[in-house]
Amino acid sequence: MTEPLKRPKRKNPLKKTRLPLSPQGIRSRTAHGLTAAAAQGRFALQVCADCGTVLYPPRDACPSCLSPRLPYKDVDPRGTLVVETTVRISTDPYFRERTPWRVGTVKLDAGPMLVAHLHGDAVEGGRVRAELKLDRSGAPVVIALPEKDTPNMADDPQLRELTCDPKFRRVLITNGRTAAGQAMAKAFSEAGASIVFVGIADPWKPFPGMDALRGIERVEIVPLDLTDTESVTELAEQNGGRVDIVVNTAEHVRAGGIVERHGLTIAREELDVRYLGLMRLAQAFGPAMRARGADGVNSATAFVNLLSVHALANWPVYGAHSATEAACLSAAQCLRAELRPGGVKVLNVFFGPLETEWFQQVPPPKVAPSQLAKAVIDALKKGIEDVFVGDVAEDIRARLAVNPKALERELGS
Amino acid sequence: MSAPDLLAFAKAVSAGSIRVIDLTQTLTQDFPTIVMPPEFGQCAPFRMEEVSRYDERGPAWYWNNLTVGEHTGTHFDAPIHWISGKDLPNNAVDTIDPRKFIAPAVVLDCSKEAAADADFALTVPFVEAWEGKHGRIDAGSWILLRTDWSKKAYADYVGLREDGAHTPGPTPEVVKWLVEERDALGFGTETIGTDTGQAQHFNPPYPAHFYMHGKGRYGLQCLTNLDLLPPKGTVIIAAPLKIKQGSGSPLRVLALVP
Repeated sequence: MTEPLKRPKRKNPLKKTRLPLSPQGIRSRTAHGLTAAAAQGRFALQVCADCGTVLYPPRDACPSCLSPRLPYKDVDPRGTLVVETTVRISTDPYFRERTPWRVGTVKLDAGPMLVAHLHGDAVEGGRVRAELKLDRSGAPVVIALPEKDTPNMADDPQLRELTCDPKFRRVLITNGRTAAGQAMAKAFSEAGASIVFVGIADPWKPFPGMDALRGIERVEIVPLDLTDTESVTELAEQNGGRVDIVVNTAEHVRAGGIVERHGLTIAREELDVRYLGLMRLAQAFGPAMRARGADGVNSATAFVNLLSVHALANWPVYGAHSATEAACLSAAQCLRAELRPGGVKVLNVFFGPLETEWFQQVPPPKVAPSQLAKAVIDALKKGIEDVFVGDVAEDIRARLAVNPKALERELGS
Repeated sequence: MSAPDLLAFAKAVSAGSIRVIDLTQTLTQDFPTIVMPPEFGQCAPFRMEEVSRYDERGPAWYWNNLTVGEHTGTHFDAPIHWISGKDLPNNAVDTIDPRKFIAPAVVLDCSKEAAADADFALTVPFVEAWEGKHGRIDAGSWILLRTDWSKKAYADYVGLREDGAHTPGPTPEVVKWLVEERDALGFGTETIGTDTGQAQHFNPPYPAHFYMHGKGRYGLQCLTNLDLLPPKGTVIIAAPLKIKQGSGSPLRVLALVP
């Protein structure tokens, strides 16, 4: 049974902060198939298209039949922990700080043997399920979890090292005016975040849900306007050193395409709120987060971007909006590379139209703000990088994988 | 008549026997900007991006790039701002005769009435009673409405409620009367606009905009320090930026008080 995580003591402000280190994350191009699966929380291995052998580690030719046709496919993650060992001494700087560390050999029911990190409740000879996770270097690794959930299992130190669990962490939700921002505040409070900072711009402007938002446990309203560099900088100066998760809920949705739009005023606004807002946030909070990636139980761990799935493929009905979201996605990829040295993950959450007034004319299915918030919490608990929420997002992802050009035509007709 | 002694005027300003009172709010990021329904275009609030501050972006100098709308902060409204003034000659900030930028002002003190009722609207009898005490308003004067609104916290200053903004201003009748009967140069307020917060329900809606701009007159809003001015005898210097076909402009408004 996992020892439940204790609320971290207040940090002695005179103590040096431990700098983040990364495990060795080098992987071949072929092995990035594992990265792709881990980023989405899937368990996929190479499966030989000719003889059906399931492979691990990744290879360029099938060891059974020498076929080069080795696509990744989701496979059964169940297996048996054949043998375990505890590493007590390591020459690797990252693991030296984290010993004792348990590793073991898992025999998957699907065939291959693999070396895995071990959850504390995975016992030698017992049944386990393997999960692919991204480690602090961004590389895919396997952890063997007990076959069934055990009490407090998310608190296991080796598992928590691979996830971004909000429990006992301090979260900044950048805009509490929106339904999504308010749902997010509630979800993080319920997930055990120790402080939920919620940004409010123009406090003189009333908004629906204000009292309910203030009533949520551990919510602290802070002045924050993502269109104002000074406002973002000031908040980071005050609280940047104790924000472990940033969730950017800044929203700007207006219908209309490029030719259909009259002038640039709205386009500038949406770029200012979304793209430049993301840059301001990343410039103000990124450096401290990157430096605090190994700062104990409540280390800095994740930067969450909420993105329209039409960042991936333009939907001309909301064409200018889609273009702005695409800019945000590109910036998020850059941010991911920049925060990786600190072990801080960038989670991109893709979704279709939300159940809000700005998608009034769009028929269902639409994503409820609470559904979005739940997806963010789940994704952080799993430590994944990309998540698709709702039917529209799943649909776009599937169609994009098959034929991007067809999708472009279909969205534009 | 001999030429006016401008040097004596400058000396009086320098010596303080003519006082200079700044009627301008500081341009800051958090000062409220007018709110339109969200599906309409919005006036940009004041924003500032540092270009350099004695650093790698410019080692020996500090400067900023600014974003403002024409109607951000303390600002001037030109006749072209409103549809009723769209076809008038010289109706934009770049073409208005610069002589109009220096003019006398009267200050109508409605601070008590506004304190009692956020929807207070100035009427003709109110101005007539004022004239009874202070004398007739001179042609070509700015009419400044003192409400002490500039002293309020932002939430009360903007006065947004379930049914929109609640702030004081003029009735349609008084604006028409001021233009036609008193030949007013313009109307100035401490609030975010020259009209009342609920002015869309007047006939015509937004009368200070409709009548003033329809007759080629001007507006000033987001003024402050009106409580430091005498009812009569002030001269206002209010020169907007020379923006091509500009509908208005943030500006520095100075009052000269003997």
